Amino acid sequence: MSAEYEPTIIAFCCNWCAYGAADLAGVSRMQYPPNIRVIRLMCSGRVDPNFILKAFQLGADGVLVSG
Amino acid sequence: MTAGNEFNRGFDFRAAIYIKYAQAVPLAYTIDRDLCIGCGLCEKVCLAEAIRYDDEPRRTELEAGAVILALGNDVFNPGNLDVYKYAEFPNVVTSMEFERILSATGPYLGHVHRPSDLKEPEKIAWLQCIGSRDMNQCDNPYCSSVCCMYATKEAVIAKEHSEHPLDTAIFFMDMRTYGKDFEKYYNRAREEVGVRYVRSRIHSIEEDPDTNDLILRYADESGNIQVEKFDMVILSVGLETPKELKELAKRLDIDLDKDHFVETATFTPVETSRKGVYVCGTFLEPKDIPYSVMEASGAACGAEEILSDARGTLVKEKSYPEEKDVSSEEPRVGVFVCNCGINIGGIVDVPAVTEYVRTLPAVVYAEHNLFTCSQDTQEKITEVIKQEGLNRVVVASCSPRTHEPMFQETLKDAGLNQYLFEMANIRNQCSWVHFKEGEKATEKAKDLVRMAVARARLIQSLPQPTISVDHKALVVGGGVSGMAAALGLADQGFHTYLVEQANELGGNALKLVSTWRGEKIADGVEEMVRQVEDHPLIDVYKGSNIKEATGFVGNFETTVSQNGTDVTLKHGAVIVAVGAEEYKPSEYLYGEDDRVLTHLDLDSAVASKEERITKAKTAVFIQCVGSREPERPYCSKLCCTHTIHSALELKEMNPEMDIYILYRDIRTYGQREELYREARSRGVIFIRYDLEQKPDVKKNGDGISVAVKDPILGRDIEIKPGLVVLACAIVPRDNTPLAQMYKLALNEEGFFMEAHAKLRPVESATEGIFLAGMAHYPKPIDESIAQAKATASRASVVLSKDELTIEGVISHVNEILCRGCGKCEDACPFGAIAVAEREEGRRAAYVEGALCKGCGACSVACPTGAAGLRHFMDSQVLAMVEAGLGG
Repeated sequence: MSAEYEPTIIAFCCNWCAYGAADLAGVSRMQYPPNIRVIRLMCSGRVDPNFILKAFQLGADGVLVSG
Repeated sequence: MTAGNEFNRGFDFRAAIYIKYAQAVPLAYTIDRDLCIGCGLCEKVCLAEAIRYDDEPRRTELEAGAVILALGNDVFNPGNLDVYKYAEFPNVVTSMEFERILSATGPYLGHVHRPSDLKEPEKIAWLQCIGSRDMNQCDNPYCSSVCCMYATKEAVIAKEHSEHPLDTAIFFMDMRTYGKDFEKYYNRAREEVGVRYVRSRIHSIEEDPDTNDLILRYADESGNIQVEKFDMVILSVGLETPKELKELAKRLDIDLDKDHFVETATFTPVETSRKGVYVCGTFLEPKDIPYSVMEASGAACGAEEILSDARGTLVKEKSYPEEKDVSSEEPRVGVFVCNCGINIGGIVDVPAVTEYVRTLPAVVYAEHNLFTCSQDTQEKITEVIKQEGLNRVVVASCSPRTHEPMFQETLKDAGLNQYLFEMANIRNQCSWVHFKEGEKATEKAKDLVRMAVARARLIQSLPQPTISVDHKALVVGGGVSGMAAALGLADQGFHTYLVEQANELGGNALKLVSTWRGEKIADGVEEMVRQVEDHPLIDVYKGSNIKEATGFVGNFETTVSQNGTDVTLKHGAVIVAVGAEEYKPSEYLYGEDDRVLTHLDLDSAVASKEERITKAKTAVFIQCVGSREPERPYCSKLCCTHTIHSALELKEMNPEMDIYILYRDIRTYGQREELYREARSRGVIFIRYDLEQKPDVKKNGDGISVAVKDPILGRDIEIKPGLVVLACAIVPRDNTPLAQMYKLALNEEGFFMEAHAKLRPVESATEGIFLAGMAHYPKPIDESIAQAKATASRASVVLSKDELTIEGVISHVNEILCRGCGKCEDACPFGAIAVAEREEGRRAAYVEGALCKGCGACSVACPTGAAGLRHFMDSQVLAMVEAGLGG
């Protein structure tokens, strides 16, 4: 794998915890790579296994479910 | 200009214009006038014109019918204590300083470093009771109540944050983990995380001048001096009332007690000496967050009682234009991209993002703003919605968690349903976290807006129906907590039903003699009973049980069975105050010898001055009977205080009596510590024992013999008492039937579970149902009453409304697809969805909108796609997935 390889990551975040944590990371100016796309859900309980499979099918290299 | 950052306890620096801390509300800057050189440049460069540089302090007079003092307290400054060398040695820090060191927003970004050389420490010691339980080095005789828990937490977190194995040792006198679930945390810290606990007295701290390491000299429990080296020493400082608050109390004409905390009484725990002025939190006595929050609501209840006539009189109702029906329109999306001053615009190329947005399908309008959240932009958005006929709005700016409600208001003002709105978080989750990579951040911002627009095209107007609210309340349990809750509600003007299973009101308090402060409990209880029985708004059902309960917040129906007659009550809220009971032990000869008593046995024997009490020459109290044991791993909180208070009463009756207290840790938290000190000075003998080596109580001819190993002397001793008092655990009642009827959760021990231990300590997870008193956890009368008043205040939030608005983002069921399998019902944590017969012979799931929290668990569990979460339908989420991956 080349050094240039950057994975595309889809993250499903619970509004009440992980999404808030991602906001706080911003307030704290913590730096992380810009190749993650966060999708806000009201609860990680809403994450249907289909969402994850669909993300992989459409080319995601990783899926993060955080809640 | 820079100054020491006070919030980070001076470990780093801040500018003359600064935000105090990252979570400050409002998140706004302030100017430090002492540091400011007066150039006024800030006013000229502020793009939002938010600074009025020559602004002066103003004096405002407010008219109020009640005042609540929530002034907090200060931490003890150990600088003047000789032993700990806080001022001299850089690696001796206070626990508050260490909190900042551990924090991700602290001086070392959450990495554990020590101040002298920024080395990662390998060994850290915590010293307990600094500025607490101390009459010699300072004037704070009380226990600060919170330090044992926070030191344990700091040790656990320090170990988590440390990159290499970290040795943590807590040097203490008594471990006071007396709150709900505290003991379990302590056990976990000790047994699983490996925090060391050293029962000791500190002799001195010296510093190795070459390394700045610290050499701790202490006496262990048997009195031997030990020496150990640490990289850092944390002083677990207590709480005390600062001078300014003492002066303020004087100006407010509020009495403080001898420890400089606000004077209150057991049966009026949040009332100050001045009528109409209430108090809560650590200004009243040192305490933790859960109890501070309870007291805060309790104090609010006090204010609500005296101001009930004025409720709602200052409310202004806002009106909105009629909502436009957009259901048959093609989506017309308007996008507003925010620069947020330079917060976004300084990193992300906002004009380029705006240009890009214009190319997206369904976008008919896009612009960028300096501050999309400013008042004039709101007016602009309202205009644009009307002019351009927008039926979807996307704002690309900060977080929906902070700003979505505000923009939704703007949509409502423009006649659009508030759910036709979507945000792209290009600040907190883009520009701020990629500020060194502007180009990549711009690309990411485009992606985020594309995802938001893709979703916006599919979102729909959602209904927000209202349901009516029954203004009456039901209180289950007629003990002190139940009566306090009923009085709190009725005094606010809410009709209240009080159901008690016994034939008289009062509960456990009827069996108790006096509070630790010496107030006669019977007097207080009698007064409460009289007030309850006489109150025109309280209907009391004695000798009654709850038979059945249905309904939800605002609309409950409970069937109460009284002497075989059933009556159905309608009410809008429920307060569960069923209390708890004393554990009846099977050890220590209990039930075999009438000289072995429980606390309640002792209280009734003392009240009737029985001879077995008055004639006894020697009494032994055994602590933690049934508590802090593997099958009941919690501290019952009351027993240490009750034991010592009883011991002093016995000494009062018979000063010659020899009294021994066999204990594991003495937990006389807060100002109860005074009793402990008094007991020792009156000659009560305290002997500590370990769980592994419990006292041995045996019959010895006609007498009783108690054998215990004295850890100081290191040998077994034998006592031949005439009286053995067992400090028995407080155990929950059989709460399961009630929990099932009202869909409430119980913890492992069988106490009712609150919605959030710290932030919602009196609410159950089921809306409209609240928890008070010992049904929640063992607690003394003052805390029970404060908690009960808190439930009355929280319940009034529901009861004072004429109707409740149901959230739009809730689940719904397509009945045609539903086959009634019930998987949704199993998945729902809130009891909001259930399968029932909807029409003749056809079962289908049904959502009770008032209970649904919109988590969507049912929609995932549903095998047929019948259950779906509005606003987060599969298509709406998948559109974001697709757009996020370039589609």
